[in-house]
Amino acid sequence: MRLSKSWVIARKDFKTFRRKKNVLYSLLIAPIMISILLSVVLTVKDIPATTLSYLLPALSFLYVILAGVVPTAIASYTVVGEKVEKTLEPLLAAPVTDGEILLGKGISAFLPSILAILGGSVLFMVLSDVVTFKSFGYYFFPNLNTAVTLFLMVPLAILMSVEWNVVVSGRVTDVRVAQQLGGLIVLPFAAIYVLGEINVVPLDVTSNLLIICGILALVDVLLFSIARETFQRDEILTKWK
Amino acid sequence: MIDAVGLTKKFGELTAVDNLTLHVDEGEIFGLLGPNGAGKTTTVRMLCCLISKTAGQASIAGYDVSNEADALKIRKLIGFVPDNVGLYEALSAYDNLDFYGKLYDVSDEKRKENIENLLKMLGLWEKRDVMVGTFSKGMKQKLALARALVHEPQVLFLDEPTANLDPEAAKTVRDFILDLREQKRTVFLNTHNLDEARKLCDRIGILNTSLRGLGSPQELENNVGGRATVIQLERLTDEVLSSLKSLDLDMIVGENKVTIRLTQPEKENPAILDAMFRAGGKIQSATIVGSTLEDAYLKLVRKEAKE
Repeated sequence: MRLSKSWVIARKDFKTFRRKKNVLYSLLIAPIMISILLSVVLTVKDIPATTLSYLLPALSFLYVILAGVVPTAIASYTVVGEKVEKTLEPLLAAPVTDGEILLGKGISAFLPSILAILGGSVLFMVLSDVVTFKSFGYYFFPNLNTAVTLFLMVPLAILMSVEWNVVVSGRVTDVRVAQQLGGLIVLPFAAIYVLGEINVVPLDVTSNLLIICGILALVDVLLFSIARETFQRDEILTKWK
Repeated sequence: MIDAVGLTKKFGELTAVDNLTLHVDEGEIFGLLGPNGAGKTTTVRMLCCLISKTAGQASIAGYDVSNEADALKIRKLIGFVPDNVGLYEALSAYDNLDFYGKLYDVSDEKRKENIENLLKMLGLWEKRDVMVGTFSKGMKQKLALARALVHEPQVLFLDEPTANLDPEAAKTVRDFILDLREQKRTVFLNTHNLDEARKLCDRIGILNTSLRGLGSPQELENNVGGRATVIQLERLTDEVLSSLKSLDLDMIVGENKVTIRLTQPEKENPAILDAMFRAGGKIQSATIVGSTLEDAYLKLVRKEAKE
């Protein structure tokens, strides 16, 4: 597999996104809005430091859920969008392998998503630190658990979302259906969040976060092989109408 | 350059292409004619390694289309214009060609040179930075041709390149295809436009799931459509008719007129006219009439379908 080919495909997609404002908006709005909203919530009343030390990691985990949502718009567009605009056939006729195409599509969905989510989380951390400094007497962010969540779990969650969306995109022919089915990826992350809230899997324990990361990594590897298997040129060209 | 032996594609119970055998020489413009659903696009997709074959063999420049490693080599050798042009409408004309040039590993310098040459040749250079979404159908078709040529392929597959184009745009595309002949490129052209096939193609294959006929337009017209000699007499007598029947000819008898289907009328006419003359026939005129490519096409497509 030649990374250079995948990068050419990804760069082409980046150019396309820049011209498609709706894709850009769907990418940026959620992380920015959530970051501002969460910080505003923290200012509503004086929350004790003990509650904050439990609440802030839980809020940080919302970015993992966001990592499932944000790539959906782009990832579903990259494959189904090519099909809808009938650009997939000449692309498949070019000297690139299925794996290179899928990797290119993965990169083009992954990079903007992680930039948007990390950007949003930095905004959240800065605003939270400003708001909670009085209660803690120190800056709560950054810390080890947040680093694990943002720099390990979020990328793995984005990867999972991208791969899931590529698998879904390979099976459906409508962008909206692809986005709706693609959005289902948020369910396991929401389940983890709930398990954290009811203290079954506390999310302020580093080892728990690392175990979740390990599971996500395994699922990512599995989904990539499924994505390659389900990306069938014959079906894409002959069954997609 | 292009070889297919017994090439077959089935989609479940449906046979799209059945036992197709053909050879296309280097530098030849080969046309595949057939009605909608005849299997033309499926054939091109198999030859371009886009879909797998069910049976048979096919190769481009000696590379096997069903071999994974060869498929990448084939894709580098060929240019492809699908029936839907498949351009990125949110990108400019230049960016579309640049993207494909990079995918085909064309060096930066060569890519710039080729893109400029092609866009100028097709009258699109002034529009190079304009988003393709704003282009007319004709402009898009020309750009798709440029895209297929940006890496200077040896073989070009064109699927209905002039369908839905106005006459002026269609002529530009046709002239451009004729220019490719001068460049010694091999062109495999799918079309159901008989006039276009006649003007452009060195040889034509007539496909309707299976290959029904193969040859130059002239050969198909003469050999398949057949030719005829129309003989006008002063009076068609029983003696003259008997003399013709004794020659066992395929003929249609009219009022003082006989139309005789012949493969090579130039060779066969003297004997026929001599027999008529001996039987006392007074011949006013004898005219050789040829059938058109359309006659040959319809005859081949319908004949086999009835069988």
